Amino acid sequence: MTDTPVLEARGVVKIFGQHRALDTVDFAAMPGEVHALLGENGAGKSTLIKILTGAYQPDAGELLLDGQPITLRDPLHGQGYGIGTVYQEVNLLPNRSVAENLFLGRQPTRFGLVRRHEIEARARQLMAGYGLDIDVRAELSEFSVAVQQIVAIARAVELSGKVLVLDEPTASLDRTEVQRLFAVIRGLKAKGLAIIFITHFLDQVFDLADRVTILRNGKKVATQPLSTLNTTDVVRMMLGKDVAFEHHPSSLSSGARGAVRVQFQNIGRKGMAPFDLAVHEGEVVGVAGLLGSGRTEVARLMFGVDASEVGTFEVDGKPVTIRNPAQAVAVGFGFCPEDRKLDGIFGDLSVRENIIIALQAKLGWFKALNRDDQIELAGRYAEALDIRAANHDMPVRLLSGGNQQKVILARWLAIDPTFLILDEPTRGIDVGAHAEIVRTINRLREEGLALFVISSEIDEVVAYSNRIVVMRDREMVAELTGDAIATDAIVQAIAGTPQEVRA
Amino acid sequence: MTRPTVDLRPASLPPNPPSRPMLTYLARPQVIALAAVLLVNWLLFPGFFSVTWQDGRFFGSLIDVLNRGAPVAILAIGMTAVIATKGVDLSVGAVMAISGAVAAVLVTSGVSAPVAVLAALGAGLLCGLWNGILVTVLEIQPIIATLVLMVAGRGLAQLITEGTIVTFSDPVLIFIGTGSFLGFPMPVVIALVLMIAATLIVRRTALGLLIEAVGVNRSAARFAGLSANALLLIVYTFAGLCAAIAGLIVAGDIRGADANNAGLWLELDAILAVVIGGTSLMGGRFSIPMAVLGAVIIQAMNTGILISGFSPQFNLVVKSAVIIVILVLQSPLMAQAFRRRPSATPPKSGTPQ
Repeated sequence: MTDTPVLEARGVVKIFGQHRALDTVDFAAMPGEVHALLGENGAGKSTLIKILTGAYQPDAGELLLDGQPITLRDPLHGQGYGIGTVYQEVNLLPNRSVAENLFLGRQPTRFGLVRRHEIEARARQLMAGYGLDIDVRAELSEFSVAVQQIVAIARAVELSGKVLVLDEPTASLDRTEVQRLFAVIRGLKAKGLAIIFITHFLDQVFDLADRVTILRNGKKVATQPLSTLNTTDVVRMMLGKDVAFEHHPSSLSSGARGAVRVQFQNIGRKGMAPFDLAVHEGEVVGVAGLLGSGRTEVARLMFGVDASEVGTFEVDGKPVTIRNPAQAVAVGFGFCPEDRKLDGIFGDLSVRENIIIALQAKLGWFKALNRDDQIELAGRYAEALDIRAANHDMPVRLLSGGNQQKVILARWLAIDPTFLILDEPTRGIDVGAHAEIVRTINRLREEGLALFVISSEIDEVVAYSNRIVVMRDREMVAELTGDAIATDAIVQAIAGTPQEVRA
Repeated sequence: MTRPTVDLRPASLPPNPPSRPMLTYLARPQVIALAAVLLVNWLLFPGFFSVTWQDGRFFGSLIDVLNRGAPVAILAIGMTAVIATKGVDLSVGAVMAISGAVAAVLVTSGVSAPVAVLAALGAGLLCGLWNGILVTVLEIQPIIATLVLMVAGRGLAQLITEGTIVTFSDPVLIFIGTGSFLGFPMPVVIALVLMIAATLIVRRTALGLLIEAVGVNRSAARFAGLSANALLLIVYTFAGLCAAIAGLIVAGDIRGADANNAGLWLELDAILAVVIGGTSLMGGRFSIPMAVLGAVIIQAMNTGILISGFSPQFNLVVKSAVIIVILVLQSPLMAQAFRRRPSATPPKSGTPQ
């Protein structure tokens, strides 16, 4: 790499209040490389990205584009220099068509009129390049998050000529889609684009990136070619300590489980094959399956978000009715939804209110928790889950993703649940918080809670599940217990060569 | 921030928020705005603050502001709850007309006044329930759902009065509009009682928090086990009830039901009062007393322009100018500008990081 970096930051400093979010950090993206940026939440990744794309101005240090100093006023200005970004959450217009989203702001026109057919033709062609054969005239919101993400990437790739920043692009994608995306990224790399890649999936970093820059507490730890590193090195540099998921504990064999807490019999609705499932005290039932396999649908049926058309629910042997979430909460169910921002947090409400809200909903309107109760409850669960917030009266939206997830978990622990459903509890949160959530799941199981946990990361599911249900095509196709729980067995089951097929 | 190890719990003690002293209440933009408006009124009309006791009740411009402002204040109480859920109720003006029409037609046809009052309140509840059903069951956007009754309601009121202005001389109804209690005009007393009752109900029960939660994120509210639809029904029904009360006051005041003009455009004043009171149209945090204060500010401006001798045409322009000032004062931009100065002082040792 003898040529000059496309985009370089020299000694950048960013201070928020009293806090040095970035402390004299150097960063350089070379043309034709995929440069991974790693670090825990709060390490300064987002701040650095925002400086590189023009969303923030550095308090000290300088930015260089092709060796020339530049000052970026805002992301649009940065985009003009060829620096494009795809953020973690899809930042498009859900109620416009795919084609319009792709060409918004630069629609091909003739005599001032938008050439709809040309937009659509070009959009179709563009999407085909990503291996997507979709109706580009349909509203974006009709597609899965995965497709929306690909559209966002396609748009950014179209707009940016030199540097493409991908902030957690793969968080919502399943394995096949990730590979498809990586193929596209490799293509862009071959064309000489500098790609800055942020992710929490270390295997993806090793799969895709050429070099890695690791930040910790606002300082740069190292920039190194990945060929000289292994996973343990990277994790150690990120955390300053080793974290690895404990392996599947042998004490989790099916013989040790307690009484049945919840039983679902013949639960289903249109488009979702009815399922039977019993979850025992002190048991984690993990769910493995690709995106769209019906994982989330099962969770929604269990929690009454979608009412089951058939079947029965039992809690501790007694039949109950669950046709909406309020009824589910009343019998002690909790649900950490997949989309935290949309279905989980109350952004403008305080951390404290976010923690007590489900308990308050369960108690009803007239048994209000007074302020002291609220402070006590919030304090207790925030401490138990190590929620890091300056104080509990700050709006929860100011917290990092990992801490928000813990707040939602705390909300459900506060109702003293019988059964907890976690849908992708570790999505989009950093490695440290990730490990903490996994530890928390294990701890809750040991305390006797019944859990149902959905995750795309098979290693993670293996780390905490007593039993694993594999889903394919909106159906539970296999159940693995005890020694049968192993990554390759799950992969086989997902792929369609199940070892024990349920009747 | 140091990372705690697994078994070592951090001493994460959130600093207890300081209880809000009276001073910060007085420093709110709404209070400052009201003080400024009253000051201007006093400069224009030196007798503005003089209150006299006559015939067993208070008289004076200040009392007049409160009295005239009461209907909008009452509407604003209901509107605050609706807006806190990220909704809006455009029909309250029309519901006022319906309520007045029901009461007037019933008393003139010989029904006893208490029954007529109850019937009028019942009509308001029904109207509110109707809005609530449109918003929850049919999931129509609130602005459209309530627009239906805003248009149809006035027609309904005209049907009830058969197109005429129904006048009455029933002492009970007239008392509601023009009577006095402990020297204060009835409308003021009713608005005050309603404000205190509503505030206590939402703050002493969990309703306030749950309403805010629905307003901030209705989907998350559902996932957290809240009965969002039941809350919305209650909120819209309550707004209808408030509108019916305001309608009775206005009818009692003019001793008749004018289906065309009773409560005309007052929904807009009520929305304005709520916004001046600091409740965002995006839903969430709300304050009923502040919305009432907003209604008083609006009325103080109206009265000020009237007594100063300016032509009423100025009213609208001045009003909008003052409103812009208040909204700018409330904007996050200003809040930031104000916050920056105190933070220049060295932080307390307990500040994290």
